[in-house]
Amino acid sequence: MDLLRFLTAGSVDDGKSTLIGRLLYDSKNILIDQLDAIERSSKNRKDGSVDLALLTDGLRAEREQGITIDVAYKYFSTPKRKFIIADTPGHIQYTRNMVTGASNADLIIILVDARNGVVEQTRRHSLIASLLNIPHVVVAINKMDLLNYGEKAYNDIVADYQKVAATLNLSNVSYVPISALAGDNIVDPSTKMDWYQGPTLLDYLENVEVKSSVNLTNARFPVQYVIRPQTDDLHDYRGYAGKIESGIYKKGDQIVVYPSGVEATIDKIELGGKEVPEAFAPQSVVLHLDQDIDISRGDSIVKKDSSLKVGQDIDAVVCWMDEKPLSVGQKYFLQHGSKVVAAMVKEIKYKLDVNELEKIYDVSQADLNEVVEVKLKTASPLAYDAYNDIRASGGAILVDQTSFVTVGAALLQ
Amino acid sequence: MSNYQLDYLDQLESESIHIFREVAGQFEKPALLFSGGKDSITLVHLALKAFRPGKFPFPLVHIDTGHNFPEALAFRDQLAEQIGEQLIVRKVEDTIKAKHLTEQKGKFASRNQLQTFTLLDSIEEFGFDACIGGARRDEEKARAKERIFSVRDDFGQWNPKLQRPELWHTYNGKIHKGENVRVFPISNWTELDIWNYIKRENIQLPSVYFSHEREVLEYQNALIAVSPFIQIDENDKISTRRVRYRTVGDMTCTAAVASEAYSIDDIISEITATRTSERGETRIDDRFSEAAMEDRKKNGYF
Repeated sequence: MDLLRFLTAGSVDDGKSTLIGRLLYDSKNILIDQLDAIERSSKNRKDGSVDLALLTDGLRAEREQGITIDVAYKYFSTPKRKFIIADTPGHIQYTRNMVTGASNADLIIILVDARNGVVEQTRRHSLIASLLNIPHVVVAINKMDLLNYGEKAYNDIVADYQKVAATLNLSNVSYVPISALAGDNIVDPSTKMDWYQGPTLLDYLENVEVKSSVNLTNARFPVQYVIRPQTDDLHDYRGYAGKIESGIYKKGDQIVVYPSGVEATIDKIELGGKEVPEAFAPQSVVLHLDQDIDISRGDSIVKKDSSLKVGQDIDAVVCWMDEKPLSVGQKYFLQHGSKVVAAMVKEIKYKLDVNELEKIYDVSQADLNEVVEVKLKTASPLAYDAYNDIRASGGAILVDQTSFVTVGAALLQ
Repeated sequence: MSNYQLDYLDQLESESIHIFREVAGQFEKPALLFSGGKDSITLVHLALKAFRPGKFPFPLVHIDTGHNFPEALAFRDQLAEQIGEQLIVRKVEDTIKAKHLTEQKGKFASRNQLQTFTLLDSIEEFGFDACIGGARRDEEKARAKERIFSVRDDFGQWNPKLQRPELWHTYNGKIHKGENVRVFPISNWTELDIWNYIKRENIQLPSVYFSHEREVLEYQNALIAVSPFIQIDENDKISTRRVRYRTVGDMTCTAAVASEAYSIDDIISEITATRTSERGETRIDDRFSEAAMEDRKKNGYF
């Protein structure tokens, strides 16, 4: 069975948590005691209905305020597929948590309140979907029940969103009119929107062909850990443990170690302790080489036929996630795969205006939740790919050198 | 292309092995918190895949409440010996004596909350900078919110409002002296995934997971094993039933389920058919309040 990871995004009160609750409820993935618990908590509601949003709002502060603060992960399956949902916050101040949920997603559901149409948060979330290169976008136009299930509002929003999608180069965009509260077009087809002939949301999630974010062409293997038992019977054992981030490795492949540039041949591949002739992304394996060379954590073993960029001057699009602004001249740790290097911000090239989706030049800093492109200078050479070519070797995080907090998501260019 | 697609269990396994190796690469003094339950046994199995033929770069650490199932303790010792890894046991009983802690009173007086004291003392005693645990996000709604690398302060406390963003598979384990990180390699596994994996990998488990006869006390629809650790009252209804455990925690706060499941396959069909969640069915410690787990985590719990 395959696995689809998706996230839900939208503004506050667009009904994200209700949508997930509805998806779990109508696909019979909610268990009795969980339902009992939310029924107890929903008792204070005037209309006596069950508040499905309580299924995902797991923190005390979230239930008190009726908002989602941090990503909640939910798991469900149907006979066709297994799903991991990241339910992410709508508030601008928690956009960084949305980016966290988006970074591993194959698909994003962007909720739009049919009464409000495309708003700033819709554009912000679409921008993040575009920057993080999420392969599929579903625009779920919610609260159709409040507009008497009329077709015009839906068509207007689709037309508006198509402009956003065109500006951001989003491909694979689909649209579904829904009511998360009433259950229209979530799992069961709506009886009130005959004008819509497309699939329900769950139909779509079950059948969309997952354009895997895994690249099988360019082989990348960051070394995480060196296994050296140094016992009598395994005296010469020296295995490089890591996860294949992309591509396929075979016994006998010619490889280059980055950043040193030393060449060797793959002598043996072990998967779960057993020797295998080949292995591919995203398997965790142990590689052995035909010669003893100095390789340690942070180095990458790359196939000779597929070179990557090596350098100290790196352009990166950065989603800023800290209260303290990013500014020119600041130094951070850049954590990329298993490697950590110091990096200085040399220049801010531009900032993205989230609302107009345009570049603003002559800026000196980036504040929380802003997106900028910067020039970084690293303390030692980094071997990397452009994020849009290989997600796993083009994504890095910026870490504050004194608080050690993760302050930015860097998409290397 | 189709030859290069991974089944979901292989994807989860690879993700977990990667997390284990990140712990090995990023920390000086990690530990694997081991309880003898199915989730921590699965962790050990994944660690074998991550590090063999080398040794584990961490010891197994058991925080022993003194209220464990004897079957789980025997299994713990046997497993540690079989794989030849170091096992450290620290007893809540000793912390209670040394620190004059007050124990809960009542029928099912639990040491669940006192475990936190022993855990934090052990972290200090050995200088552990990372503690690997078997919590899963599908278990409970506060856990559903926690990062895979979860930073705890000097007091072991979780601050759910200030979690570090965690992007892609890049885990930031940088901490200040005194802080530690709780690492959850099987965050993305569900209960059913664990059982399917146990079946696929032929992982051995303590006998309490399979149907057996046991003397139990029926209390508010829960079946609690009769043991020296609970208080039996005159009117209590005690009977011998065929039961198994869906989770294995303390005997005082883990309930059994009536079951005729004698094999992993039987268990998988029972779980597939059940309409009750794992913790809801078996953990009476979560019933205190809507936020029981969140509150315990804020105080330094796993």
